[in-house]
Amino acid sequence: MDTAIFQLALFAYLIATAGFLFFIIKKNKKVGSWSHRILVVGFALNSIYLVLAYYRLGAVPALDFKASLSFFSWTIIAAYLIFQLKFRIMVLGSFVVPFCAFLMIISSTMPISPITVNPIFKTLWLPLHVATAFLGDAIFAIACMAGVMYLIQERQIKTKRLGAFYTRLPSLNSLDSINYYAITYGFLLLTIGMITGSIVAQGAHGSYWRWDPKEVWSLITWLCYAILLHQRMAMGWRGRRSALMSIGCFFVLIFTFVGVNFLMEGYHSFESLGGK
Amino acid sequence: MITIVNIGMNHETAPVDLRELVAFESHNTDEVMSAIRGIEDIREFLILSTCNRIEILFTTDKEKQATESVIEFLCRFSGIQREKLAPTLYVYENEEAIRHIFRVGASLDSMIVGEPQILGQVKDAYRTAVQRKSSSVILNRLMHKTFSLAKKIRTQTDIAGSPVSISFAAVELAKKIFGDLQGKEALLIGAGEMAELAATYLLSNRVAKILVTNRTFSRAVEVADRFHGTAISFDEIGDQLREVDIVITSTASPEPIITLGQVKDAMRSRKNRSLFFIDIAVPRDVEPHVNRIENVFVYDIDDLKGIVDSNIGKRKTEAVKAERLVDEEVIKFIHWVKTLEVVPTIAALQDKCETIRKSELKKTLSSLAGLSPQQKKDLENLTLSITKKILNKPILFLKRKEDKESRNLYLDITRKLFDLDSNNEDLESK
Repeated sequence: MDTAIFQLALFAYLIATAGFLFFIIKKNKKVGSWSHRILVVGFALNSIYLVLAYYRLGAVPALDFKASLSFFSWTIIAAYLIFQLKFRIMVLGSFVVPFCAFLMIISSTMPISPITVNPIFKTLWLPLHVATAFLGDAIFAIACMAGVMYLIQERQIKTKRLGAFYTRLPSLNSLDSINYYAITYGFLLLTIGMITGSIVAQGAHGSYWRWDPKEVWSLITWLCYAILLHQRMAMGWRGRRSALMSIGCFFVLIFTFVGVNFLMEGYHSFESLGGK
Repeated sequence: MITIVNIGMNHETAPVDLRELVAFESHNTDEVMSAIRGIEDIREFLILSTCNRIEILFTTDKEKQATESVIEFLCRFSGIQREKLAPTLYVYENEEAIRHIFRVGASLDSMIVGEPQILGQVKDAYRTAVQRKSSSVILNRLMHKTFSLAKKIRTQTDIAGSPVSISFAAVELAKKIFGDLQGKEALLIGAGEMAELAATYLLSNRVAKILVTNRTFSRAVEVADRFHGTAISFDEIGDQLREVDIVITSTASPEPIITLGQVKDAMRSRKNRSLFFIDIAVPRDVEPHVNRIENVFVYDIDDLKGIVDSNIGKRKTEAVKAERLVDEEVIKFIHWVKTLEVVPTIAALQDKCETIRKSELKKTLSSLAGLSPQQKKDLENLTLSITKKILNKPILFLKRKEDKESRNLYLDITRKLFDLDSNNEDLESK
C-alpha cells in the first residue's frame, strides 16, 4: 500500500517533470499549468505516503539516506508550491521539479534497509527539528535555483546575446527577489532547525552541543548564509553576487547534508541514526 | 456560381499618396457602403481601410461585371484615372481571396510582419459590415475563420513574440531587467524620434516619472511637457543617476556624457539597484566600459539593431510556419464553400421528390377509402422512406464532388435528369 502510493507520487512527479520541460522548451502555457496540477497531485500522494510512514515508523521518515532524499524532495516541492503562490513564476518549476524527480528516483533505487528506531527519537522535538531543518534546506535549494536562473539571464543580457533562455526566464528583478525571500526564510527555518536540534540532542545525549561534525558543519552553513544575508541587507549586495554566493552556500549545505553523514563519524551519521 | 473576390491595394503595390486618395475615412463609410451596395451583382461585402491597405471583399455570381463595377467606383471615388489606378490594384478570386484575407488578418501581409493592430482593424471592418447588414453566410464564416486563425497563429507561432523596432526592443529589455516597470523612473538625455518613442513605450508601461534634460534647457522643458515629466538641467545628471532606473541618451555630443567614474559613484549610493542605459546616440553618450559594472546594463544603438535584426529573422522563420496554418485553413474553407455550391441543387432535388410524393400520396389516399388513421400514417412513412432512400446516395455523391469541373458536370446532369429547372407548377397540373 505504502509503496504503491510512493510509486504513484513518483509517477506524477515524472509526468510533471516531462510537462515542465515541454513547457520551457515549447513555451506552451497550457502544458505548464497542467504540469503544475499534476505536481500538486503528486505532492498530495507523497504527503499521504509520508504520514503513513510516520505512523508505521513512529518517527520522522528521514532516518536513513533513502528516506532523507525522498523527504528532502518533498520539502523542496512544498517550498516551491508556497513560493509559487507569491511569485507565480512557472518556469521555476522547470528547474525545481526535474531536480526533485531526480532525487526521488535515486531514493527509489536504493535498497530498503530495516530501520530500528531508537526510542530516544520518539519525541515531538525530532519531527519539529527535521521538518524545519529540511524545509530550510529546501528553501535554500530554491534560492540556489533562482540564483542559477539569475546568472543565466544576467549573462544573456550583459553579453547581449539573447538566446533561447532570454524569453523563457523571468526578469532579473523577480529572480533576485525570489533569491532574497528564499534566503531570508531559509535562514529563519535553519535557525529554528538548529535550536530544536540542540533540544533533541539534549534529550538524547544529555548536552545541547557536542562539537559533532554535523553540528559543526551546520554551524558553518548557518554562518555562510548569515554572511550572505548580512551582505544583502547591510551592504546592498544584490543580483549577481548574491546569486553566486547563494549557489556557493548551497554547496556547503549539500556537504553538510550528505557528505558529513557519510564521510565523517558522528552520532548524526545515518548509521548511528539506526538506518544505513 | 458564387465567387469570393478581393480587390485591394497595400503598401507594396501603391505609394502612400495614392493610398491616401483611395482610403475611406470613418466619416464617409456610409457613402462608400451605399455605393457598393448599389452595385447590382454584389451579394455580400466588407470594406477595410487602414493607412497601409484598402481591401474590398465581396461575393458575387458574376465576378467579371462586379469586379469591373468596383474598380470603376474606386476611380470615381478617388478621382484617379483608371490607367493610373489599375496597376496598383490586385484582384484575387476564391482560393486566392480567402488566403489573402487570412494572411491580412494574421498580420502576414503587414509591412511589419506580426504587428498586432491589423487584426483589430479587420475586426472593426467586419463589425461595420455586420451592423450595415452587408455580410451574410459566406463572409460571416470567412471572417470568423480569419479571426480564429489569427489567434491560432499568434499562440502557436512566435510571429509576434519578439520586438522588431529599436525603441520597443529597448523597452522589452528594460522589462527583462526590472520586471514590472510600474514605479520606475526614467531619464531622457537629449531628444530625438527614437528616444521619444522609447519614452512613450515606457509611459504606456506605467513608468512613474520621466525626467528630461537637454543642453538647451528650453528644449528640455518642451519635451518634458509632452511626457508630463520634469525638466532638469544638464549639470544634475550625475545626481539623478542615483535615483533613476532607466536612462535614455541621444545627444549629438562628440564626447561621452556618462562616464565610468560617475556610474560607479552612483551605484554605491544606489546600493547596487540595477541601472539600465539605452544609448541611441552616435557617437555614443555612455562610455562602453560602464557595461562592466555589476548590475549596470548598457545597450547602444548597434546592440539594439542586432537584436532587432535577429528578431526579424526569427519572425521570418515563424512566418513560414504560419503560412502552413493558413494553407490548412484555406483548404478547409474551400471545401466548405464547395459543399455550399451543391446546396441549391440538392434542395431542388429534395423539393421535387417531396412534391411528387405528396401529390401521388394524395391521389392514392383519395382512391383508397376506409383506411384507419394508423394505416394512413404507415403509408405516409413508407413513401417518405422510399424517397429518402432513393435520394440518399445521389446527394452524398454530389456533396463529395470536390473537383470543380466534374462537380459542375454532375450538378448539370442532375438538374437535367430530374428536370429541376422547369416549373414545379407544370408538374402538378400534369
